[in-house]
Amino acid sequence: MDETVAEFIKRTILKIPMTKMMTVLKAWDFLSENQLQTVNFRKRKESLAQDLVLLCEENGVSLNDAALLDIICEDIDLSDMEQFKSSFKKILQRALKNVTVTFRDTEENAVWIRIAWGTQYRKPNQYKPAYVMYYSQTPYAFISFSQLRSNTPLLCQALTIASKHHQIVKMDLRSRYLDSLKAIVFKQYNQNFETHNSATHLQERRLGLDINMDSRIIHENRIEKDRVHRVTQEIFGDYSQPRLEFAQYKLETKFKSDLNGGILAEREEPLRCLVKFSSPHLLEALKSLASAGIADAPLSPLLTCIPSKGMNYFKIKDK
Amino acid sequence: MSVLRPQDQLPGLNAATILLVGTDDALLQQLADAMLKEDCASTLKVHLAQSLPLPSNVNRPRIDLIVFVVNLHSKYSLQNVEESLHHVDATFFLGKVGFLATGAGQDNHCSIHRNTVLRLAHTYRSPLFFCDLEVEGFRATMAQRLVRMLQICAGHVPGVSALNLLSLMRSSENPFLEDV
Repeated sequence: MDETVAEFIKRTILKIPMTKMMTVLKAWDFLSENQLQTVNFRKRKESLAQDLVLLCEENGVSLNDAALLDIICEDIDLSDMEQFKSSFKKILQRALKNVTVTFRDTEENAVWIRIAWGTQYRKPNQYKPAYVMYYSQTPYAFISFSQLRSNTPLLCQALTIASKHHQIVKMDLRSRYLDSLKAIVFKQYNQNFETHNSATHLQERRLGLDINMDSRIIHENRIEKDRVHRVTQEIFGDYSQPRLEFAQYKLETKFKSDLNGGILAEREEPLRCLVKFSSPHLLEALKSLASAGIADAPLSPLLTCIPSKGMNYFKIKDK
Repeated sequence: MSVLRPQDQLPGLNAATILLVGTDDALLQQLADAMLKEDCASTLKVHLAQSLPLPSNVNRPRIDLIVFVVNLHSKYSLQNVEESLHHVDATFFLGKVGFLATGAGQDNHCSIHRNTVLRLAHTYRSPLFFCDLEVEGFRATMAQRLVRMLQICAGHVPGVSALNLLSLMRSSENPFLEDV
């Protein structure tokens, strides 16, 4: 066997942390169960590596096999995830004696967590769980808080510690659609989501335009229409928008009025006012406002910044 | 030319042109499509505008009928119509103008009261139609009526003029509205 291959395998094995060793070797599936049993995993890593290399030589390891081992080392993140899960569960169980924590792995290094809350003296209430979707390779978690709100700080704390971060920040972004939240947070919204649909949609749109080109219908404000369309495209793009149901603006600003006087004008304290927009698909609705003649184009940046800022709950104060 | 006048141009041969004015572009488009589906001996043309005045440097045929479309859900659409009315010459209101109010069916979305549009139409001595343009059946019926009205206003129906039609429609008007 090539000296370089042996050296490569030895160095790769030395890079693997001991906690991952068995997992990696099993996943590699190059050494048989019997062979692995003959190895003493309690030895120092240096001599363990040498033993493993000898076994590999017996099996006639090739460069390809070595490369595969390397890939597996990169790929297997299992123990990081396992560590997170056990740490998370321990933290919650230490704080509350009665809590049910369930995990479900999904693709893309993500895990679904379900937590049913109890108290020191009461069994967990299985009907009001909280759900968390955690992406281990990113600093983001998506949480659906349970109705038992008092446990929220504990949940946040457990997530922070288990994922080895310093603090957790609650984003002002809420929606019922996890995919849309993911799209906004991971900045994936400015591509055509479902490419199949977008192809047919484009076709339909072109067809629609042709039908409207009935020469007996004349649009007097063609120029303005085109401008509105162009501005809307520039701001919202050609892709389908992520799905949000609300945008909320909490205003704490001084009342400004064109009319002189009036009860609300000239007050020192800011006016407190809440404006809430709701829609089955808010961003698509905002996109169609200008062309429907309901609003001027371009729309206020307070509305159009929602996906780029990743917020749909705003607090507005005077500068 | 910022004011529309009915007799500013010579009529085209067998041509009948209607101008729909309103902020709801999608609804106007649908109404226009519905009108053009009708069987009609005259050559129909539909012009759609967000508001008046119309762009001035354009060659356009003589307009035989103007219909102002107000969406009862939007105060902005009423305001838009009220401002556009200033750009129409008084002689147009002798039977060549109509008002169409849409959205009355969804009462909880209406921000304009029925009486507001009634009063507007009464002020301008012109007929007012209520029709939910979003409902296909109603829209088709309305389109039929407008095509008939357009033909009369263009002078294509012998024996009936726009003014005749106006007085005919006047008698069935709301008797509770007092004449100013």
